[in-house]
Amino acid sequence: MSGIPHDSYEPKSGGEKWVHSRLPIVGLLYDTLMIPTPKNLNWMWIWGIVLTFCLALQIITGIVLAMHYTPHVDMAFASVEHIMRNVNGGYMLRYMHSNGASLFFIAVYAHIFRGLYYGSYKAPREITWIIGMLIYLLMMATAFMGYVLPWGQMSFWGATVITGLFGAIPWIGESLQTLLLGGPSVDNATLNRFFSLHYLLPFVIAGLVIVHIWAFHTTGNNNPTGVDVRRGSKEEAEKDTLPFWPYFVIKDLFALAVILAVFFAVVGFMPNYLGHPDNYIEANPLSTPAHIVPEWYFLPFYAILRAFTSEVWVVQIASFVTGGIVDAKFFGVLAMFGSIAVLAVVPWLDTSNVRSGRYRPMFKWWFALLVVDFFALMWLGAMPAEEPYASFSLIASAYWFGYFLVILPLLGVIEKPSAPPETIEADFDAHYAPKVGGTKTLVNPAE
Amino acid sequence: MKLMKKHILSAALALFLAPVAFAAEDEAVHIENIDYPFDGPFGTYDVNQLQRGLQIYTEVCSACHGLKQVALRTLSDEGGPSLPEDQMREYAKQFEVFDAELDDFRQAIPSDHFPASGLANAPDLSLMAKARAAFHGPYGLGINQFFKGIGGPEYIAALLHGYTGEEKEQAGVTLYENSVFPGGWIAMAPPLSDELVEFADGHENDVEHMAEDVSAFLMWTAEPKLAARKQAGFAGVVFLTLLSVLLYLTNKRLWARVKHKD
Repeated sequence: MSGIPHDSYEPKSGGEKWVHSRLPIVGLLYDTLMIPTPKNLNWMWIWGIVLTFCLALQIITGIVLAMHYTPHVDMAFASVEHIMRNVNGGYMLRYMHSNGASLFFIAVYAHIFRGLYYGSYKAPREITWIIGMLIYLLMMATAFMGYVLPWGQMSFWGATVITGLFGAIPWIGESLQTLLLGGPSVDNATLNRFFSLHYLLPFVIAGLVIVHIWAFHTTGNNNPTGVDVRRGSKEEAEKDTLPFWPYFVIKDLFALAVILAVFFAVVGFMPNYLGHPDNYIEANPLSTPAHIVPEWYFLPFYAILRAFTSEVWVVQIASFVTGGIVDAKFFGVLAMFGSIAVLAVVPWLDTSNVRSGRYRPMFKWWFALLVVDFFALMWLGAMPAEEPYASFSLIASAYWFGYFLVILPLLGVIEKPSAPPETIEADFDAHYAPKVGGTKTLVNPAE
Repeated sequence: MKLMKKHILSAALALFLAPVAFAAEDEAVHIENIDYPFDGPFGTYDVNQLQRGLQIYTEVCSACHGLKQVALRTLSDEGGPSLPEDQMREYAKQFEVFDAELDDFRQAIPSDHFPASGLANAPDLSLMAKARAAFHGPYGLGINQFFKGIGGPEYIAALLHGYTGEEKEQAGVTLYENSVFPGGWIAMAPPLSDELVEFADGHENDVEHMAEDVSAFLMWTAEPKLAARKQAGFAGVVFLTLLSVLLYLTNKRLWARVKHKD
C-alpha cells in the first residue's frame, strides 16, 4: 500500500510491542486517525462524518425500536403506537429514526454532488466511487423497507407499487415479484422479510463504509483543487496536508453539532413534517389512497420512472424494435435504474483530464443545471401524473441522461480548462497568506 | 466555492420542498388556522380544553367512533386531560370490553383501551389529527408548520362545521354535503349543534367552540407525548448550540497557526 508518506505508529512500551507483534490494531487505528489530509478541504468535505454519524444513529435507535416492534400485519401498526405511547422515550427514538433517514439522505445527496463537482470519482478513486454507489443503493433499499414496517397506508401501497416495478421485467418479473413479496401480494410474509432485511442491510452498509474509507485512505482524499498531494518525501507531503486528528475531526464535529441542532429542532418541533399523513392510517388492502407518493428522497427517481409513458416516441421505438418486450412500464423501470447506473459509471463518462470543476468554465454551468434538474425532478415526482408535469418530467429526465451520456464526454474534448494551482500549499496560501517575512523572523530576535 | 455554498442552501431548501409538493395533490379547500395552545415550539395542551373535548367525545363522538390506541389510564397522565385518578377509574367503568380470559364482556379498568369504533364504517379517531393535513406551507416555505402544525386538528374542526345543510339519498344511505370533506358528501350526519353539550364550568358551547375543543382533544389522543417531545427537542437544541459554539472556538484556535493568523 503506497499511501502519502507520513509517520507510522511505533510501539514504545513493552506492552504495546507485545500487542503490536500479535495484532497491529492500535497501529491501524493510529494510521487511520492520523492520515494526512489535504489542508485546503472546504465545508463540503464534512458530509462523510455526518453520514457515519447517521448510520450509527439509525443502527442504535433501530436496535432499540426492534425490541418493542412486532412484525405482524395485525400488530405492527399497534406496536408502533405502543412505542410512541408506552415505551420510555419511545416517541423520541421513533421520531429520531424516521427523521434520521431524511438527514441521512440530505447528507448523501450533498456528498454525491460534492463528488460530482470536484471530480472525486476520477482516477484513481473509481473504486471509492463505485463502493459509494453501492452504499447509496443499499441505503435506498433499507429506507424503502423501513418505511413499510409501520404498516400504514403509504407503507402498504408504496410497497405494492415499488415491488410491482420488478413485475415489469420480462419473463422473470412475475416470479421475482413473488419472491420479493413472499406471496401474490403485500402481506404478512412481505412484512416479515422486509423487517429481517431492514435489520440486516445496515450492517452490510457498515461493512462497505469500511471498504469505502479504506479505498480513499489508499488514494488519499480529493480536495477542492483536485491537485494531488505531493508524495516525493514526508516533508513535501506535510506542506500539503495536516493530520486528520485533530484538525479535521474538530472541524467536522463542529459542522455535525450545527446540523444536529437543526435536526433536533425538526424532531422536537415538527417531527411529522417530512412524513405523509396517510401513514397514520393503518394499512388497508381494500382502500387505495388517492395519491401514492414515495418519501421525498425517492422523488427524483420516481419522476424519471413515470416520465416514460407509452406516448413518448423513444418508448414507442424501443417497443417496436424489441417486439413489445420493452413496453412502457419496463422502459420506465429501466430508465429509473439507468438513472442511477449512469451515476455509477461516471468515472468513465467524464473525459476531461482536469479533476475539479473549479477550473472547468463550461462544466460549471452544466453542473449547476444538473443540480437544478435534480430538485426539479424531486418536485415533479410529487406532482400528479398529468400535464404539464408529464412533459416537464420528460425534459428533466432527458437532461439527467444527457448530462452523463452526452455533455460530460463532449466537454472533455471541447472545453478549455483554466490552470489549477501547482500545489495544494499554493492554493491554501492564496487564501491564508503567510505573514510577510514569515513567523521565523519573529522568533529569531528572542534567541 | 460560491457555487458549492449555493448547493448547501438548496439542499437545505429541499427539507422544505417535499411537503409543499404534496400541496397540489388535494383540491384546495382553504382551512383557517386555529391558534391552539399546543401550537409552536413551546405550546402545550390546555387541561381544561382537553377535559371539555373528552366530554364532547364521550357524549357525542363515542356513539360511533372508537379510540382503540388510547389507554384509559393515560387520561390521568400529566400533560393530558389530567383527570384525578378516582375520576379516571370512575370514567373507565362506563365501557364494556371483551376479556379473552373470561371469554365474556366485563367493565373496563384503567389498563384497558378505549373501545374500537362501534359503527363499522366510522374510522377510529385515535390518530385522526395526524392522519389529516390542512396546511402544506405557503408556496415553497413550509416552515410555517413550525408554528402552526400540519393542520390536522384544524381539518377536524373545519369538517365539524363544514356542513351546508344539503343532503341526498344514495344507494339507501343518506349523505350530507360538507364543504371540507373530500368529494363533498359525507355519511356522518352533522354531529354537533349549539348547546348540545353542557360544560360544568359554563364554557361556551356553540358549534365552533365545541369543534375546537374536541379537535384539541383528538390532537392529544394522536400525540400524547407532545409536551415531553418539545421539551426534549428544546434541550437538544440548546445543548447542541452550546456545543457548536465551543467547537467553533476550538476549531478557530486550532487552525489559527496553520492559517498564519497568530
